[in-house]
Amino acid sequence: MYISVSDRPGGTDDEADDAARVSRRPVRVAPTVVALGFVSLFTDISSESVAAVLPLYITAALGLSPLAYGFLDGLYQGVSAIVRIAAGWASDRGDRPKLIALLGYGISMLARIALLFSTGLGAITAVVAFDRIGKGIRTAPRDAMITASSAPPILGRAFGVHRTLDTVGAMVGPVLAFVVLLVIPDGYSTVFVLSLACAIIGVTILGAFVPNMRPNAERAQSARHPLKMRVLLAPALRRLLIIAALFGLLTVGDGFIYLVLQSKDSFATVWFPLLYVGTNFAYLALAVPFGRLADRWGRMRVFVLGHGALLATYVLAALPGIGVVTTVACLLLLGVFYAATDGVLAALAARSVPAEATGSGIAAAQTVVALARFAASTGFGVLWFTLGRTGAITTVAIGLAVVLAVVVILIRRMVRSGPVADQRPRPPVGVQ
Amino acid sequence: MTPRARWAIVVVITTIALGAASVYGAFAFARYQQRQQTPPDVAIIAAPSSPAGPVDNGPAQVYFRNTASGADFGHVASVPLSSPQGARTITDQVCDRLYATRTDRVCLRTNPGILTTFEAVEFNAAWTQLRTWPLPGIPSRVRIGADDTVATTAFVTGHAYAPTTFSTATVIERGGQSVNLEDYTFTINGKTITAADRNFWGVTFASDGDTFYATAATGRSTWLVRGSMSRRTLTAIHDTVECPSLSPDGTHIAYKKNVADGLVPDWRIAVLDVATNTETVLAEKHSVDDQVEWLDDSTVLYGLPRAGQTGDSDVWSIGITASAAPSLFIRHAWSPAVVR
Repeated sequence: MYISVSDRPGGTDDEADDAARVSRRPVRVAPTVVALGFVSLFTDISSESVAAVLPLYITAALGLSPLAYGFLDGLYQGVSAIVRIAAGWASDRGDRPKLIALLGYGISMLARIALLFSTGLGAITAVVAFDRIGKGIRTAPRDAMITASSAPPILGRAFGVHRTLDTVGAMVGPVLAFVVLLVIPDGYSTVFVLSLACAIIGVTILGAFVPNMRPNAERAQSARHPLKMRVLLAPALRRLLIIAALFGLLTVGDGFIYLVLQSKDSFATVWFPLLYVGTNFAYLALAVPFGRLADRWGRMRVFVLGHGALLATYVLAALPGIGVVTTVACLLLLGVFYAATDGVLAALAARSVPAEATGSGIAAAQTVVALARFAASTGFGVLWFTLGRTGAITTVAIGLAVVLAVVVILIRRMVRSGPVADQRPRPPVGVQ
Repeated sequence: MTPRARWAIVVVITTIALGAASVYGAFAFARYQQRQQTPPDVAIIAAPSSPAGPVDNGPAQVYFRNTASGADFGHVASVPLSSPQGARTITDQVCDRLYATRTDRVCLRTNPGILTTFEAVEFNAAWTQLRTWPLPGIPSRVRIGADDTVATTAFVTGHAYAPTTFSTATVIERGGQSVNLEDYTFTINGKTITAADRNFWGVTFASDGDTFYATAATGRSTWLVRGSMSRRTLTAIHDTVECPSLSPDGTHIAYKKNVADGLVPDWRIAVLDVATNTETVLAEKHSVDDQVEWLDDSTVLYGLPRAGQTGDSDVWSIGITASAAPSLFIRHAWSPAVVR
């Protein structure tokens, strides 16, 4: 297992990773990363299979309308964000990321058991809330473990591998669920049992194959810093959070883009409930290539490029006369956006804070993005009704173009104005 | 722990977990097969007794989704209005939600599959398919107005990365043109509402060919709105109303009213006297999550899920006075539509 030994207060990763571009030795992604990928794969099969059939279950089987469920859901988003920060902090502070991650995956597993016995809307929403809390808890320690087990020069690729496996699970889950319903039309409980089985498998892999790492203790004593909340104000992380928030404020939910496409293209109308599958396909195919690209070309560049793809999506969706080709292109570009931003953001955040604050840094970045996107979707909804679909998406496209230009100038200036990166000598990377 | 031991643990637990799930699935499949083969506990007439023409001139009927277990589960069925508890006639059509008039029938259905999609299908009175159009999500409500105008409500799904809030899409199809209610101008007390989270659902048509009523919601508040198709307006006329249903004589609007203080809704059936604007909450004590249908000008029909029997439900009736007691109208049925 590789333990990140670099000391990099304030180091941005693009510059810190020069070594990566110097040494082109192929370095394999650590077994721990692959194991965590399979943990996520099974956990995603578990959660997405239930998520796919839950609306049908609530309406068709229980005879309820799911609107009330929506009201509650907003609350959980907020709870999940707070829990995420706390879990990231606890994982750094206690130096036991695996324990915190086990807690998160475990809570979600227990929620699956509870789902088998829930028949009322209240019970189901409570179960979904616990699942969300579990997800909030596990994300940051998991990404911190990916960081701790990966050599910095291949961190982007490591996250790419993890996100690919994760997305495969997200694709398999709904398919599995609908196959079960095809064979047993009222087989919702079978879907729930299968989901529980997959959750158990995920937790087992985590327990058996992910080492109980103590990244801070294993790091050279001389390189340790006492963990303070101040690390979250480190200039590199602060810059990243500002950039991520700016982008996040102009990232409207996919759902809105699908709605725009649906209103213009008959293909998108028929396949509306399945458009996200197309996006997921592109995402899982591209997560590793974009992770590699991020390692070689620079993570911030790829992060910016991803938002360029999002801008292209907006522009295509705003164009008149949309057909099948435009719709498919939009789905592909959304896949590029996720492949170039999701894992890359975690890698960027991990490399923007001192190693002992990895979990907190990642959690902070992910929370900022989640909150900014939530605000964006709410704001976009208002634009949607005041300006109409095309007007709203055009407005957001212009906003994103401006932010893209500003960010590019900011980054250029940072590079030109000299060293923002850690200038201290670094131990050789890639020590296995 | 040795690598071999780790693998052993993972393989054993995976085998047990998947094995147990498979056994559970096999039993669920066997139970399903058994239910399919057990004769339902309702009397059934297999073939239509009198095939209708494009216009149904027969005696008054109640159409509904048959939820009796067996091979006909989910099929549209009908009983004569004179004998709702009598033998039901089963059709070939499988619908989640349906509505019927003398000339027109609309069925909202889920097409299950690895790629599950949703659609609306329109038939004439002889069940000849006229046309079909896709729905953006799970079927919820459907009503037919004058000139075979059709209103459908679906719960929009398929937002993988979006906030998972459910939203509704309510569309009125009229003369080959479809308009989403979101494109209407919505006003409360003269103020135009453009809130992002506004949702519309549950349309009911008046007989004049222009007016309809529906539910509007923003945040946690709901309103009864009066709509005009020609002016494309929605005007709030009463609060805390969902899924309105106008009586055949146009004098009353029945709807579900949320009486819960907490976040989990608890719906009572309430009836609004249009002339006096007085509301009567009916005596049904179960939470009713349905768009009620009028049996006649003083009685409403609504579905209630059967406790402990997933997917099964009964249609009940209740008079619109505060003291009237509910009574069972059709067993193993859902989504009633009265063809007078």
